[in-house]
Amino acid sequence: MSKHFKFLTALAFGVAAAGLVAAGPAHAKVEGDTIIIGSAISFTGKYSTNGIHASNGYDLGVKRINEMGGVKVGGKMYKLKIKYYDDESTPLRTAQLAERLIKQDGIKFILGPYSSATTKAMAPITEKYKIPMVEAEGASRSLFTQGYKYLFAVLSTSEQYLASSIALAAEMAKKAGKKPSDVRVAMAFENDPFSLDVRAGVIDDIKKFGMKIVIDDKLPRDLADMSATLTKVKALKPDLLVISGHSKGAATAARQIKELKIDVPMIAITHCEAAKIVKKFGAATNDFLCPTQWAETLSYKGKYFGTAAEYDKLFKATYDGYRNVPYQAAQASAAVLVWKDAFERANSFDTEKLRQALSETNMKTFYGDIRFAPGGNNIAKPMVLRQIQDGKFNVVAPSKWASHKVNWPRKVPGM
Amino acid sequence: MLDNIALLGIAPLLNVQLLLDGLFIGAIFVLAAYGLALVWGVMNVKNLAQGDFVMMGGYIAFVMTKLGIHPIFGLPVAIVFMFGFGWVVYRVIIYRVVGKDLFTSLLATFGMAIVIQQLLNLIFSPDVMVAESGFAIRSYLGGMVTVADIKLISFLLAGVLATLVITFMKYSRMGQAIRATAQDPRAARVMGIDTERVYAFTFALNAAICGAAGVLISMIWVLQPFFGMTYSIRAFVIVTAAGLGNLPGVIIAGLGLGAVEQFAGFILGAELQQFTVVGLLVAILVWRQVQMSRHRQAVR
Repeated sequence: MSKHFKFLTALAFGVAAAGLVAAGPAHAKVEGDTIIIGSAISFTGKYSTNGIHASNGYDLGVKRINEMGGVKVGGKMYKLKIKYYDDESTPLRTAQLAERLIKQDGIKFILGPYSSATTKAMAPITEKYKIPMVEAEGASRSLFTQGYKYLFAVLSTSEQYLASSIALAAEMAKKAGKKPSDVRVAMAFENDPFSLDVRAGVIDDIKKFGMKIVIDDKLPRDLADMSATLTKVKALKPDLLVISGHSKGAATAARQIKELKIDVPMIAITHCEAAKIVKKFGAATNDFLCPTQWAETLSYKGKYFGTAAEYDKLFKATYDGYRNVPYQAAQASAAVLVWKDAFERANSFDTEKLRQALSETNMKTFYGDIRFAPGGNNIAKPMVLRQIQDGKFNVVAPSKWASHKVNWPRKVPGM
Repeated sequence: MLDNIALLGIAPLLNVQLLLDGLFIGAIFVLAAYGLALVWGVMNVKNLAQGDFVMMGGYIAFVMTKLGIHPIFGLPVAIVFMFGFGWVVYRVIIYRVVGKDLFTSLLATFGMAIVIQQLLNLIFSPDVMVAESGFAIRSYLGGMVTVADIKLISFLLAGVLATLVITFMKYSRMGQAIRATAQDPRAARVMGIDTERVYAFTFALNAAICGAAGVLISMIWVLQPFFGMTYSIRAFVIVTAAGLGNLPGVIIAGLGLGAVEQFAGFILGAELQQFTVVGLLVAILVWRQVQMSRHRQAVR
């Protein structure tokens, strides 16, 4: 390539870039009567299933708000619109797209990506440019200990995922006339940031009750086999078995618990729904306890979608092919509601005023209550524990929200 | 750690469970490793897409269940399909890298692995899938040892497949041609062997074996478009531990590492399960190096 040509190319790019930057902020955040919110989410790659659930949730939130008249700021009604990019499930790409949304497209309001890893890549950038982000899909505790000021999350953080199973085990021990400190716990967690957060929460609660940990295995990411760990479980007969390892962990655990005929009175596993273990392994999954951020049977209620059950119905009517509404979609819709609420309370598009309004959020929604701690995480909504009872997921804890009694000890037909 | 060893002493039947599980796992790894050893030995191509071939086989079994056919019948389908796939891949890509340096074949097959992963991801989504055999799970020795029939069947099938391949390599014309080409491609060509065809056949055979392993895996573990890497790494570890060109060694190494892995997971915890396997590989390599240097001194 000649020097001359190189110079021309550089010039062309430079002019184009300058043009974009100049044109961007002037009207990209609010175009006419439309507020544009940016989001880089996983439409392809390993997070694509949940990425698409989340974007469906975002879209439904936007649709509902626009149908109800839109967002009122400064006496004028605005519609909401989302500008999406596909981050291909790679955090590096999320970070690049965050820069692009903010620098090139002039976006001033962000909805989070899917997964803790990609949210971790995005948060430093929104923080750098002081652009508020409301996220619904990054649960990792470490996101909220960095002192980020512009990050707000509607979901419960990861250390709460299985902690309630410990309290439940203590309750059951008391019922059986034993002390909670007699409870013996076996733990198997994947060696990744999310599951280790879950583990930290479990250990905190185990210490609180003075329970005994008999197995504490950390499964490597690329381990497709848990039989050694489960053989140990079989030998030691703990009172509670807790497992966290995304969909792969849930599917592997369910399959091998069945194959090794593991008989433990209480088993709690994350990602039961995502791994579709009931459909795959049927009755062998009976009485598993599965934590969830949200369930359509909960009695939460809010202004925009009505009750959790009404949201469930609307979602199924809007999108084909959903037999159950994933909580990933529900919390994404809730994040859009948080933005609307903040716009109206701030009554401005100024990012500092919006940040202030977001930090003062106090809402009741179909997804649960939303109130942010100084770190940005939602402290008003608990994780709920559901039990697989005859193939159905029924809420059994915490008792305030429980619709069914917990089956204890666990019974599996044919065992 | 010590209490875990003590546990094995108190309940010796646990050893049986661990050993059986280890052998069952090992047998399937042996298949993938055997294919790799063939391709590596004959064509000097290090196939990083090995595990992805395995995943493809698994998804074939998964598709069978969707069609209402028992996944075990995926075995012949996967073998035929993957043989054809391997042949095409050889004709399109691999023939260009045979005889090139190490990095060319690594890069080409690594690229292939990424393409296969993404295609599987597009077709089947990144969700975790399984194929259920529905076979019984039997308890032995007072319930202390459980064996899922599917694991036993997989073990036997893996054995049959390995025997077939070994017999084929020893006695058939093509098998002999493959071995001759592995020893000296130039001499083989001089003797009238169509080495191009031998290479294509070897690569296709490898893909077919991987496909068979995948079918078994779909009924024992889980499928996901990006899990192939695990099996690629395993295959490399086994072939390296066995020593190149040592096909019976591959079987022993595969079964042995499977068993070691189970015991390591039990005694040291799951976090050190794979560490032990790879650590053992390093130990074997060091030991072999020491042996060889001694041998060299003796010759001098």
